[in-house]
Amino acid sequence: MTAPDAARTDYLLRLGDDSLILGQRLSEWCGHAPALEVDLSLANVALDLVGQATLLLGEAGDADKLAFHRDVLDFRNCLLVEQPNGDFAQTTARQLLFSTWQHMLLQRLESSEDRFLVEFASKAVKEVAYHRELASEWAIRLGDGTDESARRMADGLDWCWRFIPELFDVDESLQSLMDSGIAADPRQFEEEYRSAISAVLSEAKLEAPADQRPILGGRSGHHTEHLGHILAPMQYLQRTYPDAKW
Amino acid sequence: MSGDWPLWEVFVRTKGGLSHRHVGSVHAPDAQLALAHARDTYTRRMEGVSLWVVESKEINASDPDQAGELFEPAENKIYRHPTFYDIPDEVKHI
Repeated sequence: MTAPDAARTDYLLRLGDDSLILGQRLSEWCGHAPALEVDLSLANVALDLVGQATLLLGEAGDADKLAFHRDVLDFRNCLLVEQPNGDFAQTTARQLLFSTWQHMLLQRLESSEDRFLVEFASKAVKEVAYHRELASEWAIRLGDGTDESARRMADGLDWCWRFIPELFDVDESLQSLMDSGIAADPRQFEEEYRSAISAVLSEAKLEAPADQRPILGGRSGHHTEHLGHILAPMQYLQRTYPDAKW
Repeated sequence: MSGDWPLWEVFVRTKGGLSHRHVGSVHAPDAQLALAHARDTYTRRMEGVSLWVVESKEINASDPDQAGELFEPAENKIYRHPTFYDIPDEVKHI
């Protein structure tokens, strides 16, 4: 594999693993959400994300093998998406921070030099626009709701806040793809991102948490302890009965 | 949680459908989230191109006990249906 090909595969894994792991996380809510309607909303978002992962991992290689036969160190998702669901407010905080970033990224990938990424982005951007909208609406209602919902929403944001810098980190692999016009430079929309999040928080009557020591590493396989606990139930069947079909 | 929320009636206009049809109801804290819940509950299989939600308490319904006086008188007035005319073959588009 030539260097640009390796970087492209790495990029597809990063984007695909983001969607896969967050999709798996959200599906943990199935049957447990605060209301039947919210259960359906979260499952819909999860299914959109798993659909995105299928396309991205399928472009990177064999989607099933990549999803079910890799171990923690080989996953390239950002640390934000593997964070625990916590309560509904923490899930909402994570979704707001991720979907807003993903939406801005996909808008830029629509003018990538890579034909697959353009086609993928123009389909996924509509799904993610809705995820972002839904997460924003819930953040506003919880933040500007009761004392308890506001406290929970603030706690959820506080948990997720330290994982934002990783979303805008540019390493060598990403830089080489940006140079060839395939990847989008996240730093170009960091300011837009910060002000979009601030706008939602101010409507929600919430303070942005103070910036904390950033935690990075997901893009190179250094994950938090939570990822292994996601993979165990997700990969159990394929690990126990390799290549089982149904 | 959803027990605290008001009920909303959901109307969907389908692809090619001319009018919105009642499809069911959802719980939601306000109109905007009612639309989101309606979208996630009733339009997941490409059924819809337009959605209406209206809070159930805003709907005024006829009294089932009055069904006799309201609707039965129409049943024996067949002359209100235009079925007694012979239409000449030359007339098209009827």
